[in-house]
Amino acid sequence: MTFHLNAILAARNFDVSLRLGPAETIAVLGPNGAGKSTLLAIISGLLRPDTGKATIGEKVLFDLTADKNLWSAPHIRGTALLAQEALLFPHLSALDNVAFGPRSAGASRTEARETAAHWLAEVDAGSLASRRPGQLSGGQAQRVAVARALAADPDLLLLDEPMAALDIHAAPLLRRLLKRVLANRRAIIITHDILDALMLADRVIVLEDGRITEEGPTREVLEKPRSRFAAGLAGLNLMTGSVTEQGLVTAQGQIVAGHHDDTTVPGQDGVAVFPPSAVSVFLTEEHGSPRNSFPVAITDLEPHGDQIRVRAGGLSADITPAASADLGLIPGMTVHFVIKATAIAIHPA
Amino acid sequence: MSGARKPLAALLVAGALSPALAGCAAGTASAPAGTSAATGTSATPALSGTVTVFAAASLKATFTKLASDFEAKNPSTKVTLNSAGSSDLVTQITQGAPADVFASADTKNMAKLTYAKLIDGQPANFATNVLEIAVPPSNPASIRSFADLAKPGVKVVTCAPQVPCGAATDKVEKATGTTLKAVSEESSVTDVLGKVTSGEADAGLVYVTDVKTAGDKVKGIAFPESDQAVNTYPIAAVGTSKNKELAAAFIATVTGSQGKKVLTDAGFGTP
Amino acid sequence: MNHRSGSGYTGIPPWIYAIAAAGGLFVLLPLVAMVAKVNWPQFVPLVTSESSLTALGLSLRTSAASTVSCVVLGVPLALVLARSPFPGQRLLRAFVLLPLVLPPVVGGIALLYTFGRQGLLGKNLELAGIQIAFSTTAVVLAQTFVALPFLVVSLEGALRTAGNKYEAVAATLGARPSTVLRRVTIPLVLPGLASGAVLSFARSLGEFGATLTFAGSLQGVTRTLPLEIYLQRETDADAAVALSLVLVAVAVAVVGLSYRHPHTGAAPERALQ
Repeated sequence: MTFHLNAILAARNFDVSLRLGPAETIAVLGPNGAGKSTLLAIISGLLRPDTGKATIGEKVLFDLTADKNLWSAPHIRGTALLAQEALLFPHLSALDNVAFGPRSAGASRTEARETAAHWLAEVDAGSLASRRPGQLSGGQAQRVAVARALAADPDLLLLDEPMAALDIHAAPLLRRLLKRVLANRRAIIITHDILDALMLADRVIVLEDGRITEEGPTREVLEKPRSRFAAGLAGLNLMTGSVTEQGLVTAQGQIVAGHHDDTTVPGQDGVAVFPPSAVSVFLTEEHGSPRNSFPVAITDLEPHGDQIRVRAGGLSADITPAASADLGLIPGMTVHFVIKATAIAIHPA
Repeated sequence: MSGARKPLAALLVAGALSPALAGCAAGTASAPAGTSAATGTSATPALSGTVTVFAAASLKATFTKLASDFEAKNPSTKVTLNSAGSSDLVTQITQGAPADVFASADTKNMAKLTYAKLIDGQPANFATNVLEIAVPPSNPASIRSFADLAKPGVKVVTCAPQVPCGAATDKVEKATGTTLKAVSEESSVTDVLGKVTSGEADAGLVYVTDVKTAGDKVKGIAFPESDQAVNTYPIAAVGTSKNKELAAAFIATVTGSQGKKVLTDAGFGTP
Repeated sequence: MNHRSGSGYTGIPPWIYAIAAAGGLFVLLPLVAMVAKVNWPQFVPLVTSESSLTALGLSLRTSAASTVSCVVLGVPLALVLARSPFPGQRLLRAFVLLPLVLPPVVGGIALLYTFGRQGLLGKNLELAGIQIAFSTTAVVLAQTFVALPFLVVSLEGALRTAGNKYEAVAATLGARPSTVLRRVTIPLVLPGLASGAVLSFARSLGEFGATLTFAGSLQGVTRTLPLEIYLQRETDADAAVALSLVLVAVAVAVVGLSYRHPHTGAAPERALQ
């Protein structure tokens, strides 16, 4: 029972293929407008792609390849959707909200309510059963929404930034809850939070401009990000280019010295990855191997923990406030980012 | 008041001459006999100003014609015509609408204004009207007589008893001992005719003049029992008129031979 | 302006209140003038006369029937207009809303040529032994024709405000379209549907022109209260005024009772945390 998808929707510049094992959860990362919600809409049947095919095991969700024109309505797909907002039906009690899925599947009122009570208990919301959605807090409502989605017994659970609308106290609670209920369940979760990806997902895909730019086990992607987006998420600096013996040369001709991982071969495309903490800031150029020195114009200075994060030329450097004051850093001035070659890891792209 | 009577007499003379004058103005070739004598145009006192005439809806066509004749004869005058149901006009006049002349479709509504002391002098009866059966041109229910209207299955539309044509219908029914089962009792002749021309009704009871106005969209069937309810049209100057001279001149046109001709052509009878 | 404690900043310049007051008076004054004209000692006998009561009863019955028709026809229309884009949708909306701006008499003529004895459909209905002209059905048809846009407009507004997010979620939970409609869509827009129905009822109650043209006027069959008022005015102005007041009172009662909450569309999702 593998989930397969490939879909193209030209109007949204969307072209994605992916597959999911029976009990696999993947996290979809990507900047706004990258096509993350489009992906869920296409899978759930709310949006029709130009061409493509999706199946769960034997079940065909849609098949628009060649001259086929198969399209299943959303309600027979078994892909429950949990959105940023809980979207609990305001006229139904929490219990009846959760019972909605079983009722729609043909269960009697009593059976449906029993199932609903079970799932409400599962999300620690048993005591909220008789409440109306208007009487629930954001976190409570989202928990009920999770129970509602699970009660529908979906083959594939789709979660669209379920934590995004919650306050900082409610989010961790829901995250722990999701970790528990998503175990051994197939799910796709869209998130902006690296922590969600780490805790909930077996695998991560990065979606940029409607294409998957990176895919792999969560930890691996975060440790060795190849896309600028994944690196940004992990707080890492990233430079792309062509792999050389010593490291990498960027499209602009910048030479980056670094250490290769086991698999890189000179001549192939690669990325240089290094943490902001490895970057020193100088007012003048510093020479001497094995160091990299890049002249950059400061775009931004912002506090980052007890450090100052200096953003310049698409890279970041973390320095102490004292150092920042000594150097007299202001946005717009040109400085040199200096990184030891040993701090730069080169990965294949 | 009596001072105003003298020019009125003169005007009546002028009014009698009006067909001839109108004929000249219009330049028609078929002038009636004796028009050659009417050359004294300069003798007519010069009338000027605007006269506002409130006339019952059934008089609209004839009064429009008479008004344009009147304007042609008296180039510095203008006739403003307001036609509506007689009772509407009575309401408007009692509420202070600026009317100079009122022509009613029945004596009852005229009496209301007389009673309210809004009428100058004595109303003059200038026309009569009787009911006629109006049927669609194909006459689907084969109506030939008043009695046919009472046959079962015939869809007859009449005026409601509250309006003049309905009151007349009532009178005829009582006089003949016939009871009509109308499918609708409309509040105006127009509505009755509308139902007949559209073919919804098999027959309608309206005034003979209405049948004439409708042209070939309906067929008129006269019936002798209509004598039982002859409707009389009175005309009078409104007491609050600012231009009594002009009002009197217009009334003279209506009651004069020119008026008679136009009214008779339209199917009205003479009182 | 005196601000009561607890009231917030309204952002309305003071002169707006003056114009608003003038606007309010413009509507209120004619009603006051009419009330002043009522012949009170005769009021009860006038409004309880047989013809008046018959007309009032007929008006209430036909308006109720046309409101039901409006709901039956208007809910699907509003759904189609609000939810599924299709070619010619704007044109369809324009036509549905046409009776709002059309003189009722024109509506009456159009209905006549549709359902009349010689009409487009009427001819066939006549063959089937169904006669609509001069019947109470004709009154209901005329009222439905003029009142339908009110229901469609307010329901379409409510549907658009509510959006289709809830429906999408319901569908992914396995609910068939009919189930979504019955258990989610309709309950969500119930306030909008109710106010639309009330407006339709009120419009039906006041319908005059189309009824007069299309249905005729016969006591107990087609002569609704507005037609009765129009007819009474010919002979008995006092009765007309008294009946007008009854019509105003019924309309105010209906609208006031059922239209108390101006909120339409989706209820707020959740309380503050």
